[in-house]
Parts: sequence; structure tokens; C-alpha cells
Amino acid sequence: MTKAPGLKTYAILYLAFLYGPILVLPLFAFNDKAVVSFPLSGFTTKWFGEMWADPNLWKALKNSLIISLSVATLSTVLGLFAARSSVRYQWPFKAPVMGFIMLPLVLPEMIIAMSLLIVLMALGIPLSIFTVILGHLLICTPFSVALMTSAFQSLDRSLEEAALDLGETPASTFRLIILPLVMPGILSSFLITFTISIDEFIVANFLGSGQPILSVYIFGQFRFPAKVPSMLALGTILVGLSICLLAIAEYFRRRGIARIGGKDSGGFL
Amino acid sequence: MQTKSSEARTGWLLIAPPAVVTFLLLAAPLVTVLVYSVLTGSRGAVSLPVTGENYYNIFRTAGGNILEKLGDGSVWDMLKMRNWAGIADIFSSAPFLLVIGRAIFVAVMVTLVTVLLAYPIAYFVSFHVQSSKKSLWLFLITIPFWTSYIIRVALWRTILGYDGIVDSSLMGLGIMDTQLNVLQYGVTSIIITLSHAYAPFAVLPIFVSLEKVDRSLLEAGQDLGESKWRTFLRVTLPLSMPGVIAAVLIVFIPTAGDYVTPELIGAGKVPMVSNFVETQLLKSRNFAMGSALAATAMIVVALISVAFLLLNRRFIGGRK
Repeated sequence: MTKAPGLKTYAILYLAFLYGPILVLPLFAFNDKAVVSFPLSGFTTKWFGEMWADPNLWKALKNSLIISLSVATLSTVLGLFAARSSVRYQWPFKAPVMGFIMLPLVLPEMIIAMSLLIVLMALGIPLSIFTVILGHLLICTPFSVALMTSAFQSLDRSLEEAALDLGETPASTFRLIILPLVMPGILSSFLITFTISIDEFIVANFLGSGQPILSVYIFGQFRFPAKVPSMLALGTILVGLSICLLAIAEYFRRRGIARIGGKDSGGFL
Repeated sequence: MQTKSSEARTGWLLIAPPAVVTFLLLAAPLVTVLVYSVLTGSRGAVSLPVTGENYYNIFRTAGGNILEKLGDGSVWDMLKMRNWAGIADIFSSAPFLLVIGRAIFVAVMVTLVTVLLAYPIAYFVSFHVQSSKKSLWLFLITIPFWTSYIIRVALWRTILGYDGIVDSSLMGLGIMDTQLNVLQYGVTSIIITLSHAYAPFAVLPIFVSLEKVDRSLLEAGQDLGESKWRTFLRVTLPLSMPGVIAAVLIVFIPTAGDYVTPELIGAGKVPMVSNFVETQLLKSRNFAMGSALAATAMIVVALISVAFLLLNRRFIGGRK
């Protein structure tokens, strides 16, 4: 470790740039003024009350929870299948098929949303929460595949062979040995895909046919200057929740690595 | 032990559900877009015959089609006369080319800013942070990315807008006496906002490739009399290029297709190509034209990405 005071100063400034806008959230969510500007005028919690009292928020939250819980479950299951297949088995055309499954990671969301919208309209399928789930499933599955792949890669194959040698069936080996060992990966995949889905806007907006969904609701409210402080209050709560969920996901990820006896070598992705 | 063919069968069986889902939700829609883009469009429907008209219309301007002007030589004459203002006029009166060009310009600027800002931080975490603290630093860098995108973009509006946080701070400190209102410079605000939103995307791949750099090579370089800076330029930087290339693509592709920022920050006045795709598909209900525009944007972005990869191919692969 060499000393690099210049780089360290830069690193701190960089973090300040990353966090600056987010610190605005609590600062102005508790500020007793309808306009978001300095100087601060006084402490209030009325914006939280205003936000809480809006019935549309609760409708949007209910829809969002239905969508995100379904998406997190489904994409984690798909990620589990894909990761198990690519890590454990050799089969032809693996690289192109896996690359294809990961493709949504590098496609603009607008392209995904618009091409799905065209197909749904062509097939005459009405837009609903269900179509949003389909779109989110496509976006979230690659994240789950990446997380589950790293969980399966750190799995020692001799454990599985030992169980089979000792007379377990493949199914009971999977249930008794593999599943518990990759469980931390499953939990972190579930939490991360849930977070991505609940934040996602473009698919929710275009495939949701105007249903109240959390991100669409927030987008709409920000168009009215008078609603901005109560949206900052909502944002404060959401950011707090996101950080909690991520901290839990990170905890499980590290515990997973520790349980298998591996060395921690980085964060998400 | 399983035989090779039964292993392949199990592998295929397991990959089938995610592969089929991705095929139905991604490949089929993308093919539909390509097919629609060469069909004849009318309001709310597409029909045969197959036509190139939609792609031809991308080059439409207020006064005739650019392709025609290329054909009759009037654009070439302008080039010869160095009439740059005339050429700029033609392109700014071509609505579709303008939004595609703007999206590419914004994406290039955002990519430059994020990658240049990200490299030193990735270098710092990889080379100057104790290995036990590395994941904490990465965690700190990635947290802002996991907070609502809409809220982050909207925050920049309240920060940059008229009488917003930048204005009120500058005026409160007596640095400025009128509102700066950065927000009115639409494209600048869009670039600032996107550079903030995509910052972590650039740090992670660069960090991963820096971690793979063999530290003994650096010692060897310095033992052989190279300065630290020269060692960095001749060893570390080339070895970390795969990460830089990945960072460029990860930032460039989604920012070129961004929809939210022009909508919230630019108030719809400086649309990028995604906003126009929405207008064509949902407001004009011209599915064929909307598909052609989406396909053109995808093709332009893909061509730029491939060209970038080819320019940097000596950094990818080819090493032991």
C-alpha cells in the first residue's frame, strides 16, 4: 500500500459528487418551505404527512409490490436454472445462448419496452400489471443469472459427488446439499431483482397502460412543483429502504462466500 | 459419471426455461420491429407491400430529403464551397437525424465524462485500498445506483433549475447576482444528470480489470528503470483497457437510448431518439415509422460499438 494523498482526496470528492444529490432528499424533505432552495427555513414533518395521505400512493405501492415480488421470484428461479446449467454442465452452443440471455443488460430499456409494446399490440394482448411483469422479467433475469452464477461457481463439486456416492438421489442431493449452499445467492438475487423492478420506470410506464405503479406515480407527481417536497419525503423513505435491502443482500452474499470458504473479491456483479 | 450426451441433455433441459423466456420476450419482439420497419404504415396499422420508405423518411428535412440532395449534388456543392452553416441548417431541419445525432452526442459526452472520472477512483480502490476494505468502497460507490432513477433525475432538476439549489447557493454566497438557471441549457443539464446516474457503471468494470493486473509486472518495470508514470502508461493502462472498453460500452449504449432525462430535465424541449420513438408509436400511432426509427437507432449504436471494439481490438484477447 503506497500513500497517494492526491488520489485519496479525489476519491472523497468523487463520493461527495455521487452522494451530493441524494443528501438533498432528507435535507429538503424536512424543510418547512414549498420551494426547494436555500436558505433552509425550519424543521417540519408535514411533507411526510401529505405524502402519506394520498390514496393514489397506496394503490401504486400495492401494484408495485405485486409486480416486484412476482418478478423477483420468477427471475431468481430462471437465474437458478441458467446458472446451474452453465456452471455444472457442458453443452453445445453454451456461449451464444448465455450471451443471448445476458443481452438485455446492454440494450436500452426503451428498445425493450417499445418492441414488447409492438408485439403485445399486434397480438391484441391488453396492457396490464401482467405485461409489466413480463417486461421486468426480461430486464431482471440477467442480473439474477450473474449473481447465481457466482454462487454456483464457488460451490465445491466434490460435495455433490460425495452425496451421490453415499446413496442420495440427484433430487435429494440438490435439496440437501446444493440448495442450502447457494441459498445466500438466491436471497441476494431476490433482493436485487426486487429493487431493480420497483425502481424501473420505462417498462412500467409504457406497458402498464396508465395503471398506478410507484415509479410512474413519482414521475407524474414531479411535474407539479407543489408536489416536489412530498415526493422528496417519499424519496427519503425509499432510499432508506433501498439501502437496508442492499445491506441485507450484501450480508447474505458475504456469508455465502464465507460459508463455502472462499475469499471475498468485490461487490455486486 | 454421466456420459457426454446425457450431460448435454441435462444442460439443455435446465437452460430451456430461461432461454425460451428470453427468446419469446426479446428475440421475437426485436424481429417484429425489424419486419414492421419495412412495411407500409398507416395510422394504427401496418400492411404489405414491403417498402424502404420508412428508412428513406428518416432523412426527411423541412425542404426535401437529404438523400435527394446528395443525389442531385447540392450537398456536395456546399461541401466544396465549405458552406458549413448551410449544411448545419439542412441537418437541423431534419427532425429524425437531429434527434439521433443529439442522442449520440449526449452519449459520447456522458461516456467521456464518466470513464475519465471513474478511472482514477477505480485505480485508487484497486491499488491504494487495503484488500479487506475494497468491498466496502465498492459498496459505497454502488449504493447511489440502487436508489430510484426517477428520483435522482428529478433531484437534478431541483438542483439545476431556476432558483434551485445551485442558483440559491451562488446568489446566497454573493458569487452571482442573477439566476444562472443551468437547466435552460438543456443538453448540458442532460449530460450532467446522466454522468451522475451512470458513474458506478464505469467504475466496476475498470476496477475488475485493474485487479487482474499482475503486480509483479509493475515492480519489474520500475526495477528496469521506468518512472512510475511511464510504468502506468506502458503497463497498467494497456492491461486495464478491457475494463475501459467494457465501461465505455456499458455507459454508451443505454445513455444513447435514454428516455427519462430528456423528458424530466429537458422538459421535452430537447428530445432524444427514444422520445421520438414514443411520439411516432404512441402519439402518431405510426408503427412502421416508429419501428424504422427504433431500428435505425439500434443499428447506429451497434455500428459505433463495433467500430469502437475494432479500433481497440489489440487490447482484447491476444494476451496469454
